Formats: sequence, structure tokens, C-alpha cells
Amino acid sequence: MTTAAPLTTTPVATTETKKLSAAASAKAKLTSPWASLAAVVLAVLWTIPTFGLLITSFRTTEDIRRSGWWTTFTNPLFTLDNYKAVLDPEQAGANLPDSFLNSLVMTIPSVIIPLCLASLAAYAFAWMNFPGKNILFIAIFALQIVPLQVTLLPLLQLFVAWDIDGTFWTVWLSHSTFALPLAIYLLHNFIKEVPASLIEAARIDGAGHVSIFFRVLLPLLTPALAAFGIFQFLWVWNDLLVSLTFAGAPAISPLTVQLSNLTGTRGTAWYLLSAGAFVSIIVPVTVFLLLQRYFVRGLLAGSVKG
Amino acid sequence: MFVQRGSSRSRIALAGALSAGLVLGLSACADSKDDGGSGTVPASSLGAIDCTPYTAFGDLKGKEVSIYTGIVTPEDAPQKQSYKPFEDCTGVTIKYEGDKAFETQVLIRAEAGNPPDVAFVPQPGLLQRLVATGKAKEAPAETAALVDKNFGADWKAYGTVDGKFYAAPLGANVKSLVWYSPKEFTDNGYTVPTTLAELKTLSDKIAATGKKPWCAGISSGEATGWPMTDWMEDFYLRLNGVDAYDKWVKHETPFNSPESTKALDAVGEYLKNDKYVNGGLGDVKSIASTTFQDAGLQIIEGACSLHRQASFYAANFDKNTKVAEDGDVYAFYLPGETADKKPVLGGGEFVLAFADRPEVKAFQTFLATDTWANAKAKVSSGWVSANKGLQISNLVNPIDQLSAKILQDPNAQFRFDGSDMMPAAVGSNAFWKQATNWITGQDTKKTLDAIEAAWPK
Repeated sequence: MTTAAPLTTTPVATTETKKLSAAASAKAKLTSPWASLAAVVLAVLWTIPTFGLLITSFRTTEDIRRSGWWTTFTNPLFTLDNYKAVLDPEQAGANLPDSFLNSLVMTIPSVIIPLCLASLAAYAFAWMNFPGKNILFIAIFALQIVPLQVTLLPLLQLFVAWDIDGTFWTVWLSHSTFALPLAIYLLHNFIKEVPASLIEAARIDGAGHVSIFFRVLLPLLTPALAAFGIFQFLWVWNDLLVSLTFAGAPAISPLTVQLSNLTGTRGTAWYLLSAGAFVSIIVPVTVFLLLQRYFVRGLLAGSVKG
Repeated sequence: MFVQRGSSRSRIALAGALSAGLVLGLSACADSKDDGGSGTVPASSLGAIDCTPYTAFGDLKGKEVSIYTGIVTPEDAPQKQSYKPFEDCTGVTIKYEGDKAFETQVLIRAEAGNPPDVAFVPQPGLLQRLVATGKAKEAPAETAALVDKNFGADWKAYGTVDGKFYAAPLGANVKSLVWYSPKEFTDNGYTVPTTLAELKTLSDKIAATGKKPWCAGISSGEATGWPMTDWMEDFYLRLNGVDAYDKWVKHETPFNSPESTKALDAVGEYLKNDKYVNGGLGDVKSIASTTFQDAGLQIIEGACSLHRQASFYAANFDKNTKVAEDGDVYAFYLPGETADKKPVLGGGEFVLAFADRPEVKAFQTFLATDTWANAKAKVSSGWVSANKGLQISNLVNPIDQLSAKILQDPNAQFRFDGSDMMPAAVGSNAFWKQATNWITGQDTKKTLDAIEAAWPK
């Protein structure tokens, strides 16, 4: 992990301090071996609980109950029983494979709907002029301070009145509404930073709002969309509160709800939780690793070109 | 945070990933079927029942009744199986929904206007709050008649709010039990105590051998402390009698009265006694950090002899442990002051309906019958009912048979878990927290004064 980089940069820094850009001096400070060591130590400390959970998920019930996961180093005994129990609807009493799909069905529209609406709204707020624009924007910005807990009961009453209670619509609609204020605000700031000359050039070429948005801005927006998409995906995937309130019925309940019931009426089967947790984090980890690559590449591509 | 250029490849990849996921998700949606788990014992083994009581409710074929309850795996499978005879009789489909967050969610649902048809409410206090929403329906006359016949007046009273009878009792559990190892008792010539004094003598006898006789654990996440409240309630019942207990629960006597001090100090003689606790787990303070699920397992390890916990504790022992009078572990009734006084502390669920359609009424009536209690007994383990028509021989599990015997004992005076009936600010907050402080060193007076101060005015 540590490199010899500081040896070459330190003397340069002393003689040519003023010539170094902010980025280069930051780089010089951050690549000290001590910083690397600190990063590694932090990473290891941060990973220990997850690692313990992973080991626990492969231990036998008796071992989990009687001793800590670290004892496996001296007395290794592993089993797949926990995973079998968790994935078998008869044994777990919860249908994890089905709720896994429910989670996907809930999460994907709950990411796409706010992304589509927010990018259009953000464009309108950034580059279109209409009366009341600022007041409307402040109102949307202010909506972020409403805690979603206080909206649960009124929303449920509304859904019952609309007769869509107990369907996926409740979750799609509520997650989209909760996400929109932040999404619009973030994307608006992003779009606002696009040079006005770019938009003007497109306008001179005869582009209307629609083609400016789709052909000029959308390609530029990708890193922002990816970033917000990742946040929203992780948030919806891990959400328990909204799902419990709107989607508790077994037919549509997501993984989080089933996981919370997995331990049994009086928590006697808590040893199943570690295996259940690993089943549920497969997708977020995959999504994060896959999309993060593009996310970071988008960041780098932007910084080099522009 | 964000920069302005994204390569078109990343956009395509993002769109591809999302749309692939969407297609996968939607096709999965089409495939997924609605089944919330299934039973293991074939329903046919329950046999046919007499269908005539339900013909009075008219033709119910094709109707649905939805249940919402906190009873989840593994206790939900026997519940679903036990409804089969009713479903076969009437053609009604029972939709079961178990949720550990039941106690908070059911209130939200009732207030939002989409309550289930039937809810199994585990606390009389919650029952009163649900009735107060105005959405609950009184129990039908047929159900009330069966409850009069099959249950004691005390049980009917717990399902009654403001003089109106709403909810028939469903299951029950007995909390006044002490777990022990039958083998250890035979080997050492110990006998099961029949009075509180004998229990004390037995504890001293075991302690004299150098072993710590009792083990306890009160840690239980955000509910840490609840096993302590059961200890105190059990001793309150024994030392002050059932009438004083009723007054205490209703706050007609203050929480810091001399009776409370007497009860908590009596608990302290066991749990705050370094000679008695905490077998295999550490000193007195380890009681607060040990989870209630783990504490009693020390009996199997041989490090502890006695553990006071409810009948449902049986589920904590692993499959290789035999729970029986001649097995590895069993329980005895936590004795009263004298052998003929038998106060019993326990809990249970109540069937509250939010709809008065004929199929819902028919189902409520079915659940109040001894037919259902016996059918449920045959498929269950770790379940018992206060239904007097329950044949003890139908219960599979020895500990359930013991619980049923205790409940059906004519001398038994059943009282519901007091913390479940007190206001939430006390019963599921101050009482738990102060009891935990008490075990980690706070004195009795300060503890009781603090709980009294927390009682809503």
C-alpha cells in the first residue's frame, strides 16, 4: 500500500511550493506513509464487524450461542446450515427468495421514477424562466426538512382512500416523493454549473428545450445521475420503516421486512440473522461495486477534460 | 462533488444495468406467488370437525378473512394448520400475516383505516388503545357464549373494555415457572419445592455445595429489563395476594408502596445475592448483560441449577436437548407462600375483530371453541390455551402439558402480566429501565420512586 512517492515529492515541495497547484499539494500531503498506514488501520477496524458476521453465518447454531466468532480460528467448524435454513421457506417461515424479488421490484422503479422527474425538474429550475420559479424552488428545497415519519399515517390514509393499499404503488410513490426534494436540489446545482455558452451554442444551432435536455445535458449528467442512483438504490433497498407501513403483507414484503421476522416470535432464532444479512447485502454490494466503477470513471473523465 | 462530463459508455452501462434489472424484476413479479410459508403436518391428520355451528352464518364459500398478528416463525405454521378444519367446513380462506412490529403497526393501520379483519392482540393495554380508535367491533354473541363456557371470568375480563366484550382469548403462556435439570435433582436428592420457604432452603442447599444455584439474564435489545418485571410481578402476587396485585396494576396503590418494596426486596434476596447468582455467567451485574435467550442454557452446561422463565423458554433449547420430566431440562411451578395458594402469572393473546362480516364472526366463534384449541394442541409445540375444554393429552410437549395443568388447576388464580397492562410509559419503559438500573446497583427505594414518578398523571 505505501509507496516511495513522498521521497520524490517532499524536496520539490520545499523549493517550488508556490508553483504547486492545490491538487498537487493535497496529493503530496495525502501520500505520506503514515496516512496510508492510518487508512489501512481504519479500513481493517471498519471491516472487523462485517468479517465477524461473515464467519458467524457459517458457524453451527450451538457454536454461535456458546462462543464468539473469533474462537473459530482455534477451532474451525463450518456449515452451510444457516444459509439452507434461511433460503428454505419451510424452515425459515419467511420466503426469502420471493421477498428478494419483491425488493428488486420495489427498488428499481423507486430509483428510476425520481431520477426521471428530478432531472427534468432540475433542468426547468436551472435553465427555464417562469413566474414563481424561485419561490417554488425554495419550497422544494425546504421540503427536505420534513421528516418522513410524520407523513406515514397521512400517506397511508391517502393510499387507502385511493384503494391502492397493499400494492407496490404505495412504495413506489412514497419513496419517489421522499426522494424528489433532495434529487431536484442536487441535480439543479449540477445542471446550473454547465457553462451557459454550451446551452447558448445549442440554441443558436436551433435546439429547443427537449433536444437541449436530451442531447446536450443528459450525457453530461451521467455521473450525477449515477451518484444519486446509487444513494437512492441503497436507501430503498435497506429501508424497513416505509416497507413495514405500506408493504407488510407477505405477498409484497421486501427482504428487510422478512429479515426482521426471521428471528422468530421471541427472538430465539437470532443465529439465522447473520446468514440472512449476507443474502440481503449481495445486491447492494454488487450494485455499488459495478456502478461505482462508472461513477468514478465519470468523475475522472470530467476532471481531465474540463 | 459532481463534475460535468460523463462518457457515453458509462451512460449506456448505467441504463443497461437499470433496465436489465427492471426486466428481471418485472418478470419475477409475474412469477412470484402469494404463499407466506406452508405447514409441515398434513391437515388431514386433524380430522374433520362438526361444521353445524357455522351454517348459521350463511354461505361463506369463497370469502376471505385476513389475520394480522405478531406471531411469526416458527409458531405461525401451527397457527395456519389449525385453521384448516374451519376452511374445509366453510370454504373461507384465511389470509395470515405475521409481523414482529405488530404492536406499533396495528395502531397505524387501525388509525389509517385499513385494519385487518382480525388481529391477535398480546396485551390488554394495547387492546384498550385499539378499541379507543373506534374501529374495533364487539365480539358476536356466539363467541361471547363460548367464552363464558370455555374460559374463566378473569380471562373474559381481560378482553372486555368499558363493560363491552370485544376479544376472546386465544393462546396463553405461563410465566411462573422455574427451569431445572431433573437429572441433577435426582443425583443430589433435591426435591421440587412446594412453598417459597422450601425454594429458599433448596437454593441455600445448592449454594452450600459451592455452586451458584440461579442464573438469570434480562438483556433483550430495546426491551432490556422485561424478565425482571416478571420476577417482581411473580413475587408481588405471592407476597401480597391477587387483590393487592390488581390494585397495584391499576395504580390504586402507588408503585412505591411498602408492598412493592417487600416484593422487590424478596427478588433481591435471589438476584442480588452473590451466593445465588449468576451460575456460569459471572457476578450479579452480568444479569444485565446476558440475553434472556442465553441465560437458562447454563442449566444444560451444568453451571446453574435454577432459572425462572416462562413456558415459551422451551424454544431456546436446541433439538438435542430433551425437555421432559425425565429429560435434560424441565420446569416446576414457582411455588406460593403456602402449598395451597397458587397464583399464576402469565400472558396470552386476544382475538380482536375490526369487521363484522359473517365470515369474520364465524371465524371468531371457531377460535373460541374447544374444537380449535384441541386441533391447535395437536400440531403445536410450545403452545397452550386457557380454554377449559383443552384436553391435556392432546398437547405434544411435556412443558405444555405442565402449563395446561397449572392453568386448569382449580386452585390457580391467574393474573395477566402486569407490565403489559400498565400504561406504556411505565410498563414498557420506566419499569424495564429502572429494573435494569436496580440490578446493576441502584437501591430499591430509588428504583420504585423513579417508576412511580414516571406514571402518567
